[in-house]
Amino acid sequence: MNASVEWLSAFVESGLSPRALRDLITERAATVDAIEPVRIDLANIVVGRVVAAVRHPDSDHLWLTRVDAGGADPVDVVCGASNVTVGTAYPFAPVGTTMPNGITIERRKIRGQVSNGMLCSARELGLGDEHEGILPITTDAASGTPLLDALPIGDTRLVVDVLPNRPDLLSHIGIAREIAAATGRPLREPSIPTSGENRAIADVPAPAGVETTGTTDGVRVTVDDATDCPAYLGVVVRGVRVGASPPWLVARLAAVGVRSISNVVDVTNYMLHGYGQPMHAFDLARLGGSGAAVHVRRAAAGERLTTLDGVDRTLDPSMVVIADATRAQGVAGVIGGQGTEVSGETTDLFLEIASFDPRRVRATRRTLGISTDASFRFERLVPPTSPADSYATVVRLLAAVAGGRVVAPPVLVSASGPRSGARARLVLRSKRVAQVLGVPVPASESARLLATIGFTVTARGDDLDVAAPTWRTDIAAEIDLVEEVARLRGYATFPNELRPYRLGTVPDDPLVSRAARLRELLVGRGFVEVRPMPFVPHSNSDGTSVRVTNPLADTESYLRFDLLSSLARRAEFNLTRMEGDLRLFEVGTAFRARSDRPGRPVEDVRVAALCMGARRPPHFTDPSPPAWDEWDAKALAEAVAAVARPGSSIALQPVGTDGELWRIRADDVDVGRVIRVVLDAPPWAAPAYGVEVVLEETDVADVAPPGHHASATAAAAPTRDPVPQYRRPPSFPAVRVDLTLLVPAAVTSGSVEGVLRQANEPILEGIDLLSQFYGDNVPAGHRSVTWRLTFRHPERTLREKEVEARRDKLLRALETDLAVRQRTS
Amino acid sequence: MPESIPSLSQFLDELSAIEREAAPEIAAARSADALEAVRVRYVGRKSGRLSPLSGMVARMSATDRPAAGQAFNAAHTRVQEQLAAHAARIQAAATSSAPAVDLTMPGRAVWRGARHPVTIVIDEIADIFRELGFTIALGPEAESEWYNFTALNFPPDHPALDMHDTLYLDGGALLRTHTSPVQIRTLQRYPPPVRVLVPGNVYRRDVFDASHAPMFAQIEGLAVDEGVSFVDLKATLTHFARRFFGSATTRFRPSFFPFTEPSAEMDVECQICRGSGCATCKMVGWVEILGCGMVHPSVLESAGLDAERYTGWAFGMGPGRVAQQRYNIPILRELYDGDVRVLGALGQ
Repeated sequence: MNASVEWLSAFVESGLSPRALRDLITERAATVDAIEPVRIDLANIVVGRVVAAVRHPDSDHLWLTRVDAGGADPVDVVCGASNVTVGTAYPFAPVGTTMPNGITIERRKIRGQVSNGMLCSARELGLGDEHEGILPITTDAASGTPLLDALPIGDTRLVVDVLPNRPDLLSHIGIAREIAAATGRPLREPSIPTSGENRAIADVPAPAGVETTGTTDGVRVTVDDATDCPAYLGVVVRGVRVGASPPWLVARLAAVGVRSISNVVDVTNYMLHGYGQPMHAFDLARLGGSGAAVHVRRAAAGERLTTLDGVDRTLDPSMVVIADATRAQGVAGVIGGQGTEVSGETTDLFLEIASFDPRRVRATRRTLGISTDASFRFERLVPPTSPADSYATVVRLLAAVAGGRVVAPPVLVSASGPRSGARARLVLRSKRVAQVLGVPVPASESARLLATIGFTVTARGDDLDVAAPTWRTDIAAEIDLVEEVARLRGYATFPNELRPYRLGTVPDDPLVSRAARLRELLVGRGFVEVRPMPFVPHSNSDGTSVRVTNPLADTESYLRFDLLSSLARRAEFNLTRMEGDLRLFEVGTAFRARSDRPGRPVEDVRVAALCMGARRPPHFTDPSPPAWDEWDAKALAEAVAAVARPGSSIALQPVGTDGELWRIRADDVDVGRVIRVVLDAPPWAAPAYGVEVVLEETDVADVAPPGHHASATAAAAPTRDPVPQYRRPPSFPAVRVDLTLLVPAAVTSGSVEGVLRQANEPILEGIDLLSQFYGDNVPAGHRSVTWRLTFRHPERTLREKEVEARRDKLLRALETDLAVRQRTS
Repeated sequence: MPESIPSLSQFLDELSAIEREAAPEIAAARSADALEAVRVRYVGRKSGRLSPLSGMVARMSATDRPAAGQAFNAAHTRVQEQLAAHAARIQAAATSSAPAVDLTMPGRAVWRGARHPVTIVIDEIADIFRELGFTIALGPEAESEWYNFTALNFPPDHPALDMHDTLYLDGGALLRTHTSPVQIRTLQRYPPPVRVLVPGNVYRRDVFDASHAPMFAQIEGLAVDEGVSFVDLKATLTHFARRFFGSATTRFRPSFFPFTEPSAEMDVECQICRGSGCATCKMVGWVEILGCGMVHPSVLESAGLDAERYTGWAFGMGPGRVAQQRYNIPILRELYDGDVRVLGALGQ
């Protein structure tokens, strides 16, 4: 909402500066985002004082002047005005200024004399028609002061961010009401200047109320559905002279950013911005003349209308139209039709002042894809009382600027009568005010505050009976009144006092600390956290992807079903920027559809990490560090899974197909994978490896039915993640034995370790694979693998002989079970 | 010339004088040959400077002889050790052409990781609210219409929905447009008092631009109990702003959210211009930080709570926006592209 400071002053003379108005409106009603001088085009014009003037040697009408424009020295300016006077201040346009007409002032020679700028006339500045001489100004401002600061030139625009609950603030009168309430100055009706042969009129005929159909001045108005259109006021205005608007009206509209079109259209726009009541003027002759029928009805399927913006639109029965006897002539509350547009030939108007169903206007303008100043207000609700309230003003305006006359009472079609918008009465309890706001507010204070903005208040002990004014369509419950009291009192008046509180009953979600531990782990290992968009262009192969019904782009048609595909795209993004040493990770959500529960996707929180390129930064001792390989990825997966699935026993199950290296299992449940990541990568890129582990499936079920609390059936509070338990460090020395074994090709190291563990030696503490060797001394079809076995007794030092005995026993088991022998050569 | 019997003190003085002279000569030797010359000069069997002293020991009185002998042997050994150590140094230097160690060379680095700037901001916010007794709750990102809108008092087909342009999923669910559905889930599950903080990703049907993204992080807080008031809201959030932004002055101005009433926006004094108006704050002197308000009674009723008995306050803010301001990131997209050059530097 653009509000003109001068227009607001016409409603309430506050005497406040634009900045003071900004602060007042922001603190009480709606945030003012910006203050803009309407004559921003004069921003570079400054106050210049003529300190010397002599005749131009080669001209009988030019002057050579020296102008003090605030610089170190006066500048030479050639001036052609006869009224130039030494010692007088004038608007001065320095070199480089772009004038309102678009011409830029340059340093140039005029008949051989240099001119550094221009002393301006009123007309050159768009401040009037006077062009006979330059504009003398009376000001104490120093030379060089911007003209806009020195003189009250032009209007100032406040850009107000009006939120959806306050449609009453989408008008100057609405904002003026708040200013009047805050300053105690009276709200008044702006005077209407007349111009030319037009006359002001004192009395206008009162509207005649009807339920569904009625006639005014020969025009029959019918409203099919009172829900679609709760109030429709039609009035015929005869004898208008369509032409240019008077300057005051042009200025009002220009101040809020609306272009002047014609006096009639400008008046309807004035009513919209001034009073929040959109109106539409039809050319009565084009609507069928006297005897016309105006019909507010649903559009027929496929009905067409060329709207004022020149677009031929196809309508449907969800939309309400204003039709004449044969066809639609306007879309109700959104936009008028070209066929009945007011033109220079128009003499008689049919003026529509209505209230339309906000939801239908909203749906219609969304379907049609247009938003107008009118639809913006209708979809936020123009009260059904507004047409009757604003009718007299517009009739007076039309008389004053276009000479129109109303000869017959208008018709007001309203199923529930002209006062149908009267608000329900509410009770405001002082106890409730204190409970919500935290400080007691006396009933008398609440009553006084509410009364300042038009509420009708009756005290009843500590309670107030309150009726909201018709324009406050947002006031529906006691809590709305509490808010009014709080904001009218001023949010700043409430103390910033930290008061005692009770601790909550809600336990921490264990995923939070788990995710933090994962971040700590991965950041410590040099991984960079990313937060990619979770959209993908394609479904996954098993068709369980969740499709976005209304995606913004084809590339965002589905929700991702894993995190690694997101990380892969982020890796490619970095590769195109020549970054090939990448370690990326994310803790995020993946989605998949579940056939037995179509309405609700399954989602789980996962961690994923992707690594590629050098394992560590190059150093002069190691200029080309090795790249990450699958063994790095395997160990990373084990470390990540141990944190992601606390308390579970983690195992990596080899897969080795389709780029998948291992499945990650936690307590024998599949929870993730280690893969070679397929990338659209340049040839220099190193192979990429990815690890992904599911932390937990999110509980998406409804907690309780709407309006209910689950307290009776509340699930047990989430448990804390298990933590490792203390074990006393061993106090007796270990004995380490290296076993170099000849392992047949078919035997995996995993099965060797399995046999060693199965032997269930209580003193066998650890099994570590040290090295692997193929070569000359190793028989074909075998490899040589060295394990280090660590033996330790918890209560005494082991004897050499007993260790040897265990080792020999293990070797026999390996030989028997796997045909694995100790390598002797 | 008759040989006199030397006194012990005389002997010891001479011994230590020779030893003192030997040390710098040993250290000064630059080659094995030079060192050999030093060796011969001091401990050579015939002409070494120490050898006359060994003869002296033999001529000393029986009482002084053991002490003199011991002192001689110790000194002799020390000189020999110095010679050996320096020989090793010369040897080492000979095998490498470079100076022994160039300590100006770089250390051996490891890759540095980084938390995401948004994570850093969320963690800092959470740390402050944890001090105030808040715990952290999470909830699903795909939500039902009821949890996302209806329960939060959004009128159907209302312009308030314009600020929540929604991405819908086949089957009828939607991607939550704010973290507020977790308010309802928490209030339904646990009895008051409730003090929770809810971080999470939210979605809007917005095209990427300088300040919008189709998915972004939000963090919200909720306090519900008997006797919780607007004063608690103001005081707690002002305390938070002071902790988070330093000595920030706050301003609360009226706003509108369907699920709070009274509603407010909290601004902090612009940290760049200290309130006088600059480009960062668009000449206002204030920077908008969060939206907040008293929980609307109908929200409490959605969760089956008695709205006459319980009151509450809530706030919501965008850690991405805070990160954008804090790290001076011109384009929001930089936070989500995953450029390691950007994120690696910010997340240290």
